[in-house]
Amino acid sequence: MASISINPGDNTLETPGQRAALVTGSNTYQSVTDKVCLLAEKPRIPPMYFVALGISVIWLIILKFCIIYLLTTGVGVWGNMSPVFWGWPIVNFVFWVGIGHAGTLISAILFLFRQNWRTGINRAAEAMTIFAVVCAGLFPGIHIGRVWFAYWLFPLPNTMLLWPQFRSPLLWDVFAVSTYATVSLLFWYMGMIPDLATFRDRATSRVRQIVYGVLSLGWTGSARNWSRYEKAYLLLAALATPLVLSVHTIVSFDFAVSQLPGWHTTIFPPYFVAGAVFSGFAMVATLLVPARVLCGLEEIITIRHLENMCKIMLATGTIVGYAYAMEFFIAWYGGNPYEQFAFVNRAFGPYWWAYWTMVSCNVISPQFFWIKWCRTTPWFMVIICIFINIGMWFERFVITVTSLSRDFLPSSWGYFKPTMIDVLMLIGSFGLFFTLFLLFCRLLPVVAMAEVKSVMPPHSDEEPERVYNPVH
Amino acid sequence: MSRFHFPAWINPLLPAVAGFLGIGALYYTGLFAYGVHPLTSDVGYRPEQPVPFSHALHAGELKMDCRYCHNTVEHAAKAAIPPVGTCLNCHQGVDKDGQSPTVAIHVNSNRLAPIRESAVTGNSVLWRKVHDLPDYAYFNHSAHVTRGVSCVSCHGRVDRMEVVEQKATLSMGFCLTCHRNPEPSLRPVDEVTNLAWEPSEGQEDIGAEVAASLKIHPNENCSTCHR
Repeated sequence: MASISINPGDNTLETPGQRAALVTGSNTYQSVTDKVCLLAEKPRIPPMYFVALGISVIWLIILKFCIIYLLTTGVGVWGNMSPVFWGWPIVNFVFWVGIGHAGTLISAILFLFRQNWRTGINRAAEAMTIFAVVCAGLFPGIHIGRVWFAYWLFPLPNTMLLWPQFRSPLLWDVFAVSTYATVSLLFWYMGMIPDLATFRDRATSRVRQIVYGVLSLGWTGSARNWSRYEKAYLLLAALATPLVLSVHTIVSFDFAVSQLPGWHTTIFPPYFVAGAVFSGFAMVATLLVPARVLCGLEEIITIRHLENMCKIMLATGTIVGYAYAMEFFIAWYGGNPYEQFAFVNRAFGPYWWAYWTMVSCNVISPQFFWIKWCRTTPWFMVIICIFINIGMWFERFVITVTSLSRDFLPSSWGYFKPTMIDVLMLIGSFGLFFTLFLLFCRLLPVVAMAEVKSVMPPHSDEEPERVYNPVH
Repeated sequence: MSRFHFPAWINPLLPAVAGFLGIGALYYTGLFAYGVHPLTSDVGYRPEQPVPFSHALHAGELKMDCRYCHNTVEHAAKAAIPPVGTCLNCHQGVDKDGQSPTVAIHVNSNRLAPIRESAVTGNSVLWRKVHDLPDYAYFNHSAHVTRGVSCVSCHGRVDRMEVVEQKATLSMGFCLTCHRNPEPSLRPVDEVTNLAWEPSEGQEDIGAEVAASLKIHPNENCSTCHR
């Protein structure tokens, strides 16, 4: 391998023979560390941070009161009613689980494919994954009605000699999501250990030294530490990779394995996975565009990173659009009148507004990313990403509610209406999500500093005695 | 360089963490033990009744059939606690003319005073229910005793009990064990109230024979019992 020559200018340009810089500006290893640690060490936090945290915490408190009201009153406070027994709670669950997929994709699959640009965004994306899974896990837990029996979700020996239905994807889901949460958490935490050690070493107060000292598990940065760390990271990446595909596949089985027209389709697993990655990247971009400004990380999370995410959104969004079209094609081509009715009803029935919101947000809006200006203009990107997130929420709403509201028996047809509690809990779950993310920005290393440094060119001006000597 | 390392005082905390985990394990073991303990399911419950009625004497020694008193058991969901009149069939006191009926046993016994009092006042004797299923569980005696499930399967050897006590857990697992595999508990229908009955040949054969002749396919749906 020859020495790498780096194109120093606009890092969204592809120059043959040169690699685009993944850290722009005249940054050194030291300045990267300084910038990443800034928000966590800053004595004066920008007021914007407190405004954002305040709003998030208020919604978190509203969510808490909604849950108390739900538990003391019963699931009747939701709009779930015959025939739509799976209302917003399940829609929100699938939405949040989907959001989480970007983190694992970035941390595991892009790592195995040696996509070095992931280093700038992987930490924040992994954190987002965990917080999204927290939000997702909330909804099935409270949806069961009698939360004190939530442990019945797990196959535990009991005096009733009863087990969950092992043939039901709802049980597979319990395993899929809990495995996903565990592996993501381990991956996130393990990857953070060298950076936590950096925090510890820079800490000035005794409390920070102790807290980060304990969290970094005695990391010394020795060659042995690094060797084991790299091995463990690779292993965890390999373990997490199948999860990117399996989790939302199994979530899609919740629908596809049942026999309801509109759910019982074989396209669901790949379509759900593509949609999950799509919505996950939209959420990562929505979070990182403001966060990179708030934390002063524009030179580490560069326009090139954002542009790459836009390209992934364009690809997955187009797959999702293809899947929508293919569902209709198969409904027509399959010749099943019930299936045909389900899809015509989706687009032109009582929920036409939800369907066309979904199509315009998910299929049309990502197509803007064919244009380079749209991919490289952060504020525009955020607008598109918010539309994508709205669209992906509506996708789950359309799938869940339109199919259920038209039961096999026309006598039991109904029209689902959410209640105020439904709405407040959805917004409240965003409060939970943003509260966790904002605390993460303040307390933990937002960028994987050690990994970013590995994709930076060595700076001969800083340490002239150490010359980069590639092995031939 | 010391601050680069794990603070040494964390290490003594490790036993505390281990202890915490140990307590957690103990807690869950305890919870499990509580769940399966007989007391939790009222096994061994033997309340004192207003009248010290002995099943060992009546059903055992005197060989009275269960259905003499619990006469609805073949036709209804509930096996009736007999009315006082049933007791009086044998234990009636003297009538107002000082005459006693043909069968009159212990007509002046103090222990039977509540029975005689009830016969005069018309108030029930407050009998305590021993085998009490939860209200959300539906159980039908007639569906079982007319299909070859003996009283003894759930109530034990009542014909040997001075005071009736609960022998089986009557938990959902207890019901399901038999519903999933009924043959070991089946016997010819006319032997259902013979608590001392032993299979003359292999129980498997008899059970299979009864199951085949009565077409016994026990239900395991939730709504079978939780209606």
